Amino acid sequence: MHAYHVDKARRRFLLSTGALAASAALPHVLFARTGGSARLVVMILRGALDGLAAVPPYADPNYAGLHRTLAIAAPGVADGALALDNTFGLHPSFAFLYERYLAGELVVFHAVASPYRDRSHFDGQNVLENGLTKPVGSADGWLNRALAALPRGTGRPGERAVAISQNVPLILRGDTPVISKSPQATPDVDEDLLARLADLYSKDDWFSARLSEAVQTEKLADERSTQADAPAMTAPPAAPDRVGGVARMAAALMRSEGGPEVAVIEASGWDTHANQGGAKGALAQRLTGLDKALRALKDELGPLWQQTAVLVVTEFGRTAAVNGTQGTDHGTGGCALLAGGAVRGGRVIADWPGLARTALLDNRDLRPTLDLRSVFKAVLDEHMRVDAKTLASRIFPDSSGARPLQGLIRA
Amino acid sequence: MIQTEIAVLRFGLGARPGDLAAAAGDPRAWLMAQIKGAVPLAGNIPLALSDQIFTAVLAAREAAQEMKRESAGQSATATASASATASASATFSVTTPAAAPAFNPVRDAYLPHYRAQVLARAQSAALTTRPFAERLVHFWTNHFAVSADKGAVFGVAGTLENEAIRPHVAGRFVDLLIAVEQHPAMIAFLDNQYSVGKDSDLARLAARHEARSRMGGPRTTARDKPKREFGINENLAREILELHTLGVNGGYTQSDVTTFAQIITGWSIGGGKGRLAGGIPGRFYFRDNLHEPGAKTLLGKTYHEDGRGQGEAVLADLARHPATARFIATKLVRHFVADDPPPAAVERVARAFLKTGGDLPQVYAALIASPEAWDAEMRKFKTPEDFVFSTLRALNVSPSQPEEVVRSFDLLGQRQYTPGSPAGWPDTAKSWDGSDALMRRVLWASRVAGRYEQGLDPVDLAASSVGAYARAETVTALRRASSASQALALLLMSPEFQRR
Repeated sequence: MHAYHVDKARRRFLLSTGALAASAALPHVLFARTGGSARLVVMILRGALDGLAAVPPYADPNYAGLHRTLAIAAPGVADGALALDNTFGLHPSFAFLYERYLAGELVVFHAVASPYRDRSHFDGQNVLENGLTKPVGSADGWLNRALAALPRGTGRPGERAVAISQNVPLILRGDTPVISKSPQATPDVDEDLLARLADLYSKDDWFSARLSEAVQTEKLADERSTQADAPAMTAPPAAPDRVGGVARMAAALMRSEGGPEVAVIEASGWDTHANQGGAKGALAQRLTGLDKALRALKDELGPLWQQTAVLVVTEFGRTAAVNGTQGTDHGTGGCALLAGGAVRGGRVIADWPGLARTALLDNRDLRPTLDLRSVFKAVLDEHMRVDAKTLASRIFPDSSGARPLQGLIRA
Repeated sequence: MIQTEIAVLRFGLGARPGDLAAAAGDPRAWLMAQIKGAVPLAGNIPLALSDQIFTAVLAAREAAQEMKRESAGQSATATASASATASASATFSVTTPAAAPAFNPVRDAYLPHYRAQVLARAQSAALTTRPFAERLVHFWTNHFAVSADKGAVFGVAGTLENEAIRPHVAGRFVDLLIAVEQHPAMIAFLDNQYSVGKDSDLARLAARHEARSRMGGPRTTARDKPKREFGINENLAREILELHTLGVNGGYTQSDVTTFAQIITGWSIGGGKGRLAGGIPGRFYFRDNLHEPGAKTLLGKTYHEDGRGQGEAVLADLARHPATARFIATKLVRHFVADDPPPAAVERVARAFLKTGGDLPQVYAALIASPEAWDAEMRKFKTPEDFVFSTLRALNVSPSQPEEVVRSFDLLGQRQYTPGSPAGWPDTAKSWDGSDALMRRVLWASRVAGRYEQGLDPVDLAASSVGAYARAETVTALRRASSASQALALLLMSPEFQRR
């Protein structure tokens, strides 16, 4: 099967990381698929993460000159990048992710983007989530469409996916029922009141459906309630980053008996137009929070981590050059991460276009050379065992140009 | 008459006892009478103005830095080496909300203002006798969203609504637009205050300075530190085009965004030091020395150099652009009629917008004249904001403590002035109808019911709050409830109260 991007990346990594790269060359058929017991967490970073800060291409000759004060230094110096290979590193805030990389449980994608080529957050997020090539045209999300095509698994029907938020984000909206649950503790609601409400809603299908879903979710959460994620309700608007609690809640629900196999987590605050900072500073703090959240997810999942793949994605990257206010503006190509015990990692997959002026898209952005849908399809195919035909037709229509990558999931 | 209920519940913020009777004679006239003149806050909470708040926060920050310097025993030279630019930009820099609740001078100085603004807003919604106009204020606040979760604007987010929107909500769109884009909260939220033209006086001066110091002898300090690069920040320019005027499909390109950002270089906030001194601290200030000089071409039209006026000329053109008319009309119809805006209504409202050059009362009149808006079926699921405000009105109470309002919105997932993004809160049911969110509504309703049931007859309350929309089965359920408190919770959670 043709897999242009992987081939290129493999070529690079045969040169750079030896053994790990060699295993990437093994044919697909040798790898058993996770299936059945597989768990998938999709984390959406809203606001457009700067891929050139999160995964610094420190060896690119133009990187430091463009990213200037925001650039992460090469490995080996104070606050330098954590070396992934001879070209790329991880931001120094990513201590946990680096551990996972060394343990062979993290794939880093670079110069990656959804098919969206303009620079609106909101349209960009729509494309990231609807699985189409345009921001409009679908009221449901690709992950919901994928749920309908999952083989039988361990989750209760109607509860196979959870959004860790009060409401369901686009990626999980659609015909297949899903649940939503947020980590702020909601004290129990009087059961008699709920019964009477169910009665009151009996002639209103819309409310009726939502209430019964809510009651189900409460039960599920009660079975596996976690103490750790019950922040007081007095938090002022400049609230501490709650993504750690969100991640723990996702994990707790997923490892409960009959719990969801798929979870969606969102984190915002990546729109760093001003005072982004470098190895330290505003973005670094966010990245530290993200890293800790992923560690919490692993800790809380326990042995289930071995069956888990965590996809971390954002709507697009940011400008290669620093802007006039020590930040970066909306761009195109960026990075994505795939972590987990089920992941065949320890690799960077990137067909690196370089940051030379002539290589940039529109003279400003990292040019994407890998379609995010190639990653999504690979994970759904190898990890979640969604059949290829449905993937190419219903879940990601018009995606024939984005062939699934291969060998991302371990035996 | 169901039309009365529609006017009060759908166009307004929900019925206080007596509201339905007041609107009953001529519901359309009741609405039209509200959209004349400015819309001041109802209620009695004194609020500081944005420039006062900015100035106080600046002082608090400097005092804290002073303390830090003293306690760290750092030398005065280290302090002086921070350039004027750096210290001035620090004033409005993002204080990361990720910080622990440790001592944070900016947040602490902002907090009482935020709380006062939230309380004042809830009181106004609860008490106003112009609820349609008040809803329009909320609509425009959401259209021109600034989010208080950005530390730099936490305590001034609400001032945009009160200072830029309330005066212009029944005026011309262009005046509203200019007031908003020149409000310091918007400038700071979208990072325009230190957006600098490459050929501005400041950038040229710095370049000359750099050249001189390169010729003059050995370098002293910070040799390896890259010098600050002057340049634009696209954020405000992009969001004006994408979110405030033309809409994302409005026909502009990346090059228009960049050009527009150059045009509005210099749109800044007064205060600062050194080369960035000038203007009244905390107020909009056009910094000529940051402005990229020269004529510029945007969307095919050339704008001659006119300092601050160059950007205002662009806004004036954007304000009467057909794409803007359509974008605003679509959002208005979505807000007042249905998540899927009926095209005929959008067309009517957009035409009125274009024909009148964005005269907002006439735009609202076209909305009121749209038959689609008077469809008896309630097609809008209330947002948490709608739910809380209509509950306050139904119960005829006005909150007196900021804490109860802040906590309510925290629980319900719509922290006031905190949409999280410049796109504002979503205005469709699917963004608010999660099962978790519904359970929170039930919880909040039962708490409110427990607190306010005393002396209320839920059946009467159904009549005064939802009028003819009260369903027979709801009234039966209220009668059969085990307590007045339970009955009240059922009413608040009934489909007819949850929709508008």
